[in-house]
Amino acid sequence: MKKRIMALFLSGILAASLLTGCGGTGSDTGTNQNEAADSETNDGSGEVSQNGDDSVAGTPNDAVDGSAAGSETLSVWCWDPAYNINALRIAEEIYQKDHPDFHLEIIETNAEDIATKMATATTSGEYGVLPDILLYDDATFQVNATSYPDVLLDLSDYGFNYDEFSPGKVGYSTIDGRHYGIPFDSGTVIACYRTDILEQAGYTIDDFTDITWSEWIEKAKVVLDKTGCPLLNGMSSYNQITVMLRSAGGSFFNENGEPDIASNEIVKSVVETYAQMVQAGVYTEETGWDTYIGGMNTGRIAGAMNGCWIMASIQAAEDQSGLWEITNIPKLDDVDSATNYSSQGGSSWAVTTKCANPELAVDFFKTTFGGSTELYDEILQTGAISTWLPAAESDKYAEPVAFYNNQPVFSLITTYSASVPECYVGVYFQNALSDVVNAITNVIYSGSDIESELQTAEETLIFEMEQK
Amino acid sequence: MKKLSVKQRQNLTGWAFLTPAVILLIVLNFMPLIQAFFLSLETGRGSNMEFTGFSNYVRMFRDPIFIQTIKTTLLYMVVTVPVMIVLGIVLAVLLNDPLLKLKGIYRTCIFLPAAVSLVASAIIFRSLFAMDGFVNAILLKMGVIRTSFNFLGHPDSAKVILIIMRIWRWVGYQMIFFLAGLQNIDDSLYEAARIDGATSFQCFRKITLPLLKPMILFTTVMCLNSALQVYDESVNLTGGGPGTTTMALAHYVYNTSFVNVPNFGYSCAMSMMILIFVAVMTFIQMKAGDTRE
Repeated sequence: MKKRIMALFLSGILAASLLTGCGGTGSDTGTNQNEAADSETNDGSGEVSQNGDDSVAGTPNDAVDGSAAGSETLSVWCWDPAYNINALRIAEEIYQKDHPDFHLEIIETNAEDIATKMATATTSGEYGVLPDILLYDDATFQVNATSYPDVLLDLSDYGFNYDEFSPGKVGYSTIDGRHYGIPFDSGTVIACYRTDILEQAGYTIDDFTDITWSEWIEKAKVVLDKTGCPLLNGMSSYNQITVMLRSAGGSFFNENGEPDIASNEIVKSVVETYAQMVQAGVYTEETGWDTYIGGMNTGRIAGAMNGCWIMASIQAAEDQSGLWEITNIPKLDDVDSATNYSSQGGSSWAVTTKCANPELAVDFFKTTFGGSTELYDEILQTGAISTWLPAAESDKYAEPVAFYNNQPVFSLITTYSASVPECYVGVYFQNALSDVVNAITNVIYSGSDIESELQTAEETLIFEMEQK
Repeated sequence: MKKLSVKQRQNLTGWAFLTPAVILLIVLNFMPLIQAFFLSLETGRGSNMEFTGFSNYVRMFRDPIFIQTIKTTLLYMVVTVPVMIVLGIVLAVLLNDPLLKLKGIYRTCIFLPAAVSLVASAIIFRSLFAMDGFVNAILLKMGVIRTSFNFLGHPDSAKVILIIMRIWRWVGYQMIFFLAGLQNIDDSLYEAARIDGATSFQCFRKITLPLLKPMILFTTVMCLNSALQVYDESVNLTGGGPGTTTMALAHYVYNTSFVNVPNFGYSCAMSMMILIFVAVMTFIQMKAGDTRE
C-alpha cells in the first residue's frame, strides 16, 4: 500500500513537472503574449491568433467576418501587441470607415519566427503558408528580401507616396532602386536619463546634451562613484555598437559593399569607446532582454540609449514618472562625420507575392500609414514615432509628456530624426556586427590589441561573404 | 491458400506492430536526414542555392567561428562528463544505502532538475547569477566582493556557469542509471567480502566499480553525445555571448541558418559533422560495450 501511494505521488510530481515544463517553454513565445494581446488590444476585436495554422481560430464573430469579407481580408505577421499590432488595429479601424468589409487577420509572430517560417516556407516551396503582409526589422530587411528573392512584392509601381517619408528610412527597404517595403516606425535614437540619479552626482540633463563620448565617460564615472549606478546597459553589446556606428554615418562596408573594418576610423573609434565604457564599469553588458529592461525599470541602471521605441519599456515603470528626461546622444571623438544623432531598430511592412489583392494592401497603407495623422496621433503614446513626415506637424507632437518631466519629447525626437546621418546597411550587417563584437570581447577580456582584432574580424567577414 | 505456421503468424503480428513506428521513423527521421545530406552539398544565400559538391565540408575547417565553437563544445564535454559520472556514482551509492531513510524523497529531489524544461532552468540560472541576483547579493553581504560581478558578462565565468547548470541538470539523470546498476549487484557479494574483512572502500573499489562497468560505459557515451549537442544552454543562458565565446556548435549551426545571412547548405554540412561525431561515439560504445566474448 505504502509503495503504491509513493508511486502515485512520484508519477504525480513527474507529470506536474512535465506540464509546468511545457508551460514554461510555451509561455516564452505563446501564452503570456497571447494574454497580453487579449488585454492590450482592447478594441473588442482582439482576434490575434497565435500560429499560422489556426488562422480563423478566433472568436465565432471572427469566422463570420472572415467568410463575409472574402477577398477584403488580409493576413499579417507581426509581433508586439502593445506596439505594432496595436497600430495595425487602429489603422484597420480607420480604413474600415470607407471599406466596411475590410478585415485584418493578425497572426502574432515573433521577429525571429518570421525569419524561421520564411526559410521553411521558401525552401520547401510552400508559399501558401505566407501571410499577405509581414513586418521586418529594418536591420534584417535587406537580408530577408535578397535571401528569398521571390517572396516580397516590388511595390515601386503601385503609386505609394515614398517622397513623403524620411529618405534614410525608405533606404532600409530599397534594393537596387526598387521599393519593397512600407516604412513604419522611426528608430531615431534617444538618450534617456534618470534626472534624480544625475542630481545626486551634481548633474542635470544639460550636462549630457551635445557632448562627446569621452566627456560622457568622465561624467558617467562620477555618477557611478557617487550613486553606484552604471549609466547604461545593453544586450550582448549589439544595440550600442550599432547606435554609435550609425551616429557617425558609419558602416562595416565601403560604398561597393566590400568589408571595411580594419582600416575604418569610425569602427575603431566605436570599439575603443565601447571598451572604455565597459572597463570603467559605466556600461553593463546584459545577456537577456529581461535583464536589460529590468535594469532601467528597477533603477539599477540610471539611463537608456536606444531607438525611441524603447520608451514603451521605460514607461512600464510608472512609479518613475517625471524622473526621466531625454536628450541627444554623445558623439564619437576624433571622427569628422560624428553627430549626436543615430537610428536603431525601426521596422517596415512588406507585401508578399502570395497576396491575391496587392492593390488593396497598398491602398490600405496609403490611407493609413502613408496618409493618416489620426493614426500616428493615436499610436504616439506607445512611442511609435512616425517616419511619414506630415504626421510630425500634428499638434500632438508638441504636447508635453508628464513621464518625461513635461518635456515635449515627440517633437524633440522629430528634430533629432532630421539630423540622423544616412548610412549603408548591407546584407551582411548582422555577420559583420557579430564579428566586431567578437573583436570587442577579446579586446575587453583578453586585453588583445584593437588593430589586430579588427583585422581578424575583417578576415572573418570576408570569409563569411564568400559563402563557398 | 497455404496456412501459415504458428511461427510465421507470430512474425507477421510482430511486423504489423512494428510497421507504423518504422514508417514514422523513416518519414520523419531518415528522410530529412538524407535530404539534409543532399542540401549540405549545395551552397548559397537563402533560397538561391547551387550545387557545389563538398565545398561546405572544406569551408568548415577554414571557418574560425566553427573551430572556436568546436573547441568550446569540447571544453564543455571534457569538464562535464567526468564530473557528472563521478557525482552520479557517489550519489547513487549514498542513496543505495539500505539504512538511509526517506530515500524516495532524496532521489526525487536529485532527479527533478532533469524534468525541468531547459528554458526554465536557464531563466533560473540567469536570475541567480544576474547583477542584482541571489549570488551577487550573498557575495556582497559576505564582503567577498565590493561591487556586483557580471557573471554572465565575462567569457570565463559564463562558461563556468553554463557547465554548472549542465551538471546540476543531468547528474540526477545519470544517478538513476547507476542506481539501477547497483540494484542488480547481489548483496551476497558484499556480505562475503565483509566476512573476509574488506573495508567499505575496498568493497566499492573491488565489487561496485567493476560490476557497474557496463553502466559507466553506457552513461559516459550518452553524456558525450549529449555534450556534443549542447544547444539550449548556449542559447537561453548566455546567448552564446559575450561575443561567441560561450557558443556551442549546435547554436552556431542555428545561427548560420536563422540569425546571420542564411546559408542552409553550410548549416546542414555542420549538422552532418555533428552526426559523424555522434556516430563515431556510438560505434565505440557498441564495440566496447559488447559483453559477448
